Amino acid sequence: MDTANEKPRLVLIGNGMAGMRTVEELLKLKPDMYHITVFGAEPWGNYNRIMLSPVLASEKTVDEIMLNDDAWYAERGITLHKGRRIERIDRVNRRVIAEDGTEAPYDRLLLATGSDPVMIPVPGHELEGVVAFRDIHDVDAMLAASRAHQHAVVIGGGLLGLEAANGLMRQGMEVTVVHLMDHLMERQLDAEAAGMLRGSLEERGMRFRMAHQTETILGEDRVTGVRFTDGSEVEADLVVMAVGIRPNTALAESAGLHCERGVVVNDTMQTYDPSIYAVGECVQHRGATYGLVAPLWEQAKVCANHLAEYGIGRYEGSMTSTKLKVTGIDLFSAGDFTGDETTEDLVFKDAARGVYKRLVLKDNRIQGAVLYGDTLDGSWYFQLMRDATPVADIRENLLFGQAHIGDSGHGDEASRVAAMPDEAEICGCNGVCKGEIVQAISEHKLFTLEDVRAHTKASNSCGSCTGLVESVLATTLGGDYSDAPAKKPVCACTDHSHDEVRAAISRDGLKTMDAVFEALDWKTPNGCHVCRPALNYYLLAAWPKDYQDDAQSRFINERAHGNIQKDGTYSVVPRIWGGVTTPAELRAIAEVAERYQVPTVKFTGGQRIDLLGVKKVDLPAMWRDLGDAGFVSGHAYGKALRTVKTCVGSEWCRFGTQDSTGLGIQLERMTWGSWTPHKFKMAVSGCPRNCAEATIKDLGVVCVDSGYELHVGGNGGVKVRATDFLCKVETEAEVLEYAGAFMQFYREDARYLERTAPWIERVGLTRVKERLVDDADYRAALYARFLESQEVAQVDPWAERAAGHAAHEFIPITPVDAAPRQGVSA
Amino acid sequence: MSWLAICPLEDIPSLGARVVAGPNGDIAVFRTADDRVFALRDQCPHKGGPLSQGIVHGERVTCPLHNWVIDLQSGEATGADSGCTHAFPIRVTDGQVWLDLSGATGDAADDPAAAPVACREAG
Repeated sequence: MDTANEKPRLVLIGNGMAGMRTVEELLKLKPDMYHITVFGAEPWGNYNRIMLSPVLASEKTVDEIMLNDDAWYAERGITLHKGRRIERIDRVNRRVIAEDGTEAPYDRLLLATGSDPVMIPVPGHELEGVVAFRDIHDVDAMLAASRAHQHAVVIGGGLLGLEAANGLMRQGMEVTVVHLMDHLMERQLDAEAAGMLRGSLEERGMRFRMAHQTETILGEDRVTGVRFTDGSEVEADLVVMAVGIRPNTALAESAGLHCERGVVVNDTMQTYDPSIYAVGECVQHRGATYGLVAPLWEQAKVCANHLAEYGIGRYEGSMTSTKLKVTGIDLFSAGDFTGDETTEDLVFKDAARGVYKRLVLKDNRIQGAVLYGDTLDGSWYFQLMRDATPVADIRENLLFGQAHIGDSGHGDEASRVAAMPDEAEICGCNGVCKGEIVQAISEHKLFTLEDVRAHTKASNSCGSCTGLVESVLATTLGGDYSDAPAKKPVCACTDHSHDEVRAAISRDGLKTMDAVFEALDWKTPNGCHVCRPALNYYLLAAWPKDYQDDAQSRFINERAHGNIQKDGTYSVVPRIWGGVTTPAELRAIAEVAERYQVPTVKFTGGQRIDLLGVKKVDLPAMWRDLGDAGFVSGHAYGKALRTVKTCVGSEWCRFGTQDSTGLGIQLERMTWGSWTPHKFKMAVSGCPRNCAEATIKDLGVVCVDSGYELHVGGNGGVKVRATDFLCKVETEAEVLEYAGAFMQFYREDARYLERTAPWIERVGLTRVKERLVDDADYRAALYARFLESQEVAQVDPWAERAAGHAAHEFIPITPVDAAPRQGVSA
Repeated sequence: MSWLAICPLEDIPSLGARVVAGPNGDIAVFRTADDRVFALRDQCPHKGGPLSQGIVHGERVTCPLHNWVIDLQSGEATGADSGCTHAFPIRVTDGQVWLDLSGATGDAADDPAAAPVACREAG
């Protein structure tokens, strides 16, 4: 039986980036679902069109920008017709017909016909030497002209025109850029930044004719010059038209599909004919057309999802940012920077250094950004813009960049990364250095963080180097790299984001993991190691008393109640309330350590004792012995309340203003056993000398004469972040209420594995203050919910297991030598 | 072949694993959501992590040390990783789990159909 003939047939028209990206996404989801046929009008394989600028500038070769070669198609059983333009779509009989007569029937058709360069129809535009800047053929023509001729004119002072002009200049030509407007890149830059850009391009030798309109291209056979409407002329052996692109809708229109500026598609990327999909530059979605790569990635994902018949992804339009791919010129723009009476501008200008930054704010949120000369923070501003993060609290430092917002450890990542040698280690967990990542990006044509994670393991463990890896991507790919889409799915098992999953759990009353899988159309039967722990946490947080915790969805540390170490042994950390112990307790710990031959006994950074190198099989007995001495689990393994660090406070310290030790113990007694999105640490310092280092904790209390200062969102981890000041209170009871309410807000709002520091940077301190400080009722309600969930949470997992619970986890099956033997014929 | 009775199926948690002490090191016995069982050498091909302690999903397990995802059938790393750990023939009859360790002691598996053994341990 020939199964290939029974599969539905998918035909792709357009062997470019958008179409092939969709096919790749589809192959990831359902590799064997379709028999796939691809038609490409160009005689080449699939290549990275946006890298044509570096090819023109001789920074890359054509081979380096090829994405998939013929073997790639063959290996996946895809039929590829190169150099065959489709002439007609026969929708009645569901087949496509190419110019040369090749036909292919389809069940689903995918249009990715891209766009055509706009050629201004002035007299002479058909002369030899007049080219567009669109494909490898154009680049070849421009390179050939640069070898034989001297004078080039580029019509169009937009992104594409300037990249073409830069490339031609790099090839040794004299280049004049002609622009209709009086400032360059008017869709991306304000007048100020455009002026600075023009200045530095002029310094490199580029000439400009601003506010000039082309009247005629001069010449007999080959172009010799350009004449403008004001009568002036300029000499030219090559004219590049780079005035824009127009979605290629001719084929779709001839097939009777509804087209306006582009082929009109809905949120599922379907055209007027539901069996025909369209993606990329040829489409018009909610009135918008796109010519950048990031939206295309998002469209491809949604389209593949529907082709795979999962039917849950929706494309809701894209917010885009722009970088200029001209080496040595840093330029970034995103969003709407025109501004009006409802917006305000934050502007930084240092003409001597050639730095200009302008942020347009509306309702305390970034609406647009233009950066020139220093674009390191572009992706950060873009993230703040997409997340609609309120910036009121950080606006005084906003223009100075992320490095000045409470990050005392590392400074800006992008410039550090650019300066790093290849041997520099990027991912400490997995020992991946910069060179390996760069090599993987070039060799495997990687575009996204996910791809880099899959191929190199960088950023795949603790994730703290994610920013560095993104910077390596950005510096390696240049303007080609776009941050992942704003809406990040939890993992590859679903298209839903963390926030959507949480919302659905409470809204629809989903109380089991299977209910979530079913209601949200999970793609895998039982999730994966990424989504299951997240779902288990969300269900637990939403229904503390109803949800049955799923041990098999917890990472081994939480399932075995100890930290797994590199050799498969575990570490045991008993809780020592507020860091205060007694000789009897120390003696008990010492005896247990000796009894179980613990190889290493160590103090942790949070004032607890770590017993390292314990065999898993010994854990329950050791816990029983510790339990007999009065200890409970320290939860050092969990995404949970870890420790409350203290100083000696007013009891002993000559500077201590309050009983910081006693308060720390109270806090720990109240909060132990609570599960949180990530580990949660607290500290109480008895005076502003801050010996307990309270200002780098998730919640820190600094005692002062008149009461207690509360600080939140600190982190002493990979990326050091000092806390934000939340408020000041007067009594210990208030400290407890605020601490419980803050933890509960974090538990209900943050995404799984998001610590308080990035969470606060994402949602904004203002929002936290609104709920906790300004709204006493809301604070009280949060606190009540916290205490309610603590009623069932404060069960010592060590005691349960010492008593025999989940014994299968710790006891190996009887060794085979002792098992009954039986010969069974197969 | 030499089938050894290991334990009743219900002694292995669904989507979980048990460890069997074998003559040449631990063997991880996995149970999927639909009650199929698989046995692998309890060592990730990456850095020897105990696969028995990982999260089981579909027909795969994720190593707890560095998140390599190993195919339970073949013992091979999935995704962009490459490497393989030994898979042992295993089956369930009448609720009893049986394991064949002849491959582990050096004997050639004489019944390749019992369970696919896709690779040999290195060394």
